[in-house]
Amino acid sequence: MPRGALTGSRIRDRRLAAGIRQADLARAAGISASYLNLIEHNRRRIGGKLVADIARALSCEVSTLTEGAEAVLLAALREAAAAGGRGAEEERAEEFAGRFPGWARLLAERHARVERLEREVEALSDRLAHDPQLSASLHELLTAVTAIRSSTSILAGTENLDPAWAARFLGILDAEGRRLAEGAEALARYLDGPGRAEPAAATPQEEVEAFFAARGWHLPELESGAGPEAVDALVAGAAELTSAGGQALARAAACRYAEDARRMPLAEVEARADEGAGAVAASFGVPAQAALRRLALLPGREAGLVIADAAGAITFRRPIAGFSLPRHGAGCPLWPLYQALSRPGVPVAAVVEMPGAGARRFRAEAVAAPLGPADFAAPPVFEATMLLTSAGPEGAAEAVGATCRICPREGCRARREPSILGPAPP
Amino acid sequence: MDKRVLLIEDEPNLIEAIRFILIRDGWAVQTHSDGATAIARIREARPDVLVLDVMLPGRSGFDILDELRADPDFTALPVLMLTAKGQAADRERAEQAGVSRFMTKPFSNAEVLESVNALMAGGA
Repeated sequence: MPRGALTGSRIRDRRLAAGIRQADLARAAGISASYLNLIEHNRRRIGGKLVADIARALSCEVSTLTEGAEAVLLAALREAAAAGGRGAEEERAEEFAGRFPGWARLLAERHARVERLEREVEALSDRLAHDPQLSASLHELLTAVTAIRSSTSILAGTENLDPAWAARFLGILDAEGRRLAEGAEALARYLDGPGRAEPAAATPQEEVEAFFAARGWHLPELESGAGPEAVDALVAGAAELTSAGGQALARAAACRYAEDARRMPLAEVEARADEGAGAVAASFGVPAQAALRRLALLPGREAGLVIADAAGAITFRRPIAGFSLPRHGAGCPLWPLYQALSRPGVPVAAVVEMPGAGARRFRAEAVAAPLGPADFAAPPVFEATMLLTSAGPEGAAEAVGATCRICPREGCRARREPSILGPAPP
Repeated sequence: MDKRVLLIEDEPNLIEAIRFILIRDGWAVQTHSDGATAIARIREARPDVLVLDVMLPGRSGFDILDELRADPDFTALPVLMLTAKGQAADRERAEQAGVSRFMTKPFSNAEVLESVNALMAGGA
């Protein structure tokens, strides 16, 4: 493999480090200064005796100039070109890497990431299609449903059905009903069970969620005046944070947590937690959104927390049982979180209820506020924060959903796309 | 002469329901639940229409159909295949094996009746 192009950059770096003029090095190597200039700018390939002469003049080994990371980089670029099909000038990979090393590294890294993600998608898709336990469970459920459907149809649609036959089909309904319930429970256990390997977090946000969830949504290391070093140590030691993006987001979230902890010391805020977010904010002299965050991340308290940017996308989520939060994108437009975004600075509170039989009720408190200090040179960027806590059964509740795609509520004024589910049961 | 259907299915409650609706429609229904001995049962019963489940103990419905279609006596036997697997790959596999109709659970009684009668009348 020709490897002269990037060697030029190395020659230039070593010459400058040694304080040797280009003309002097050219003379020592027996070439013209203009030719050396072309070599140093990776416009001419170099090898054999000439590179040995230059290495001698620079008092270094030939390998110092010719071997190294560029071989790996060039190989990665060629792989990317091969995978990308037509269009890439493969024979000019060296020139590209030499002239634009940053772009070349970026391209190689992107290609490696695309390949890794493709493998992950393939593995997940394969698992869904061929998971024997999932397949067996679904087979059980579908068979039970078919028997129930068929028996019900016979019972409902046959006039003067012989009592003996009626008794047989009622018996089938009973047996298959139980089988269906047991099968559904087993399937739910399997999907939620700890024995099942969890897929790796797919996004940096999911890494952050996994990071907080693994610590019970509470970071005792950051409770007493922790500085950036404590945050860095916590993030660096977190196995859940596998990408640079995840680490960056977790660092920002942890810094925010440390700041909230500093302004609202744990023992004092725990003592006032039952008074609600408004009282906590007033008592500690902090913005409402800080109080909502602090109350959502206290140890041992069941709470949910959703933070969304001004475009509606969820940027932080602490789930709470019974309140479905979409994994990606935006949630239900009827959430108080989004009402708050339309009225920045105004606290919004409501009791809300998800669809479905036996749905839990939640008290949702939300507020939207600008991020960062006031800036007269640029329009403000808003962020909304919503705290969710359990609410009692009394009084009215606003009907909300998770996200339209999986929400069965019919005739919803806020629907933005059809649901993949049927209508909600009456 | 009776219209004869052989139902090869291992779910007793499903057998009961399908048997009932076919008998009510005037069919003579025989049933069998074991995949391993299904071919022998088909040869013995000589049905007008075969209703065949895919997931059977002992042998899959696909394998049974493969062997059946290789036998000149059963090349033209109408076969309705029942399965809980509705994926394109399973449908393709059934078509390759020479299925006449393919039905995924949960199907309705009316769909089963319509399919069996259509197969008897020579429709696919």
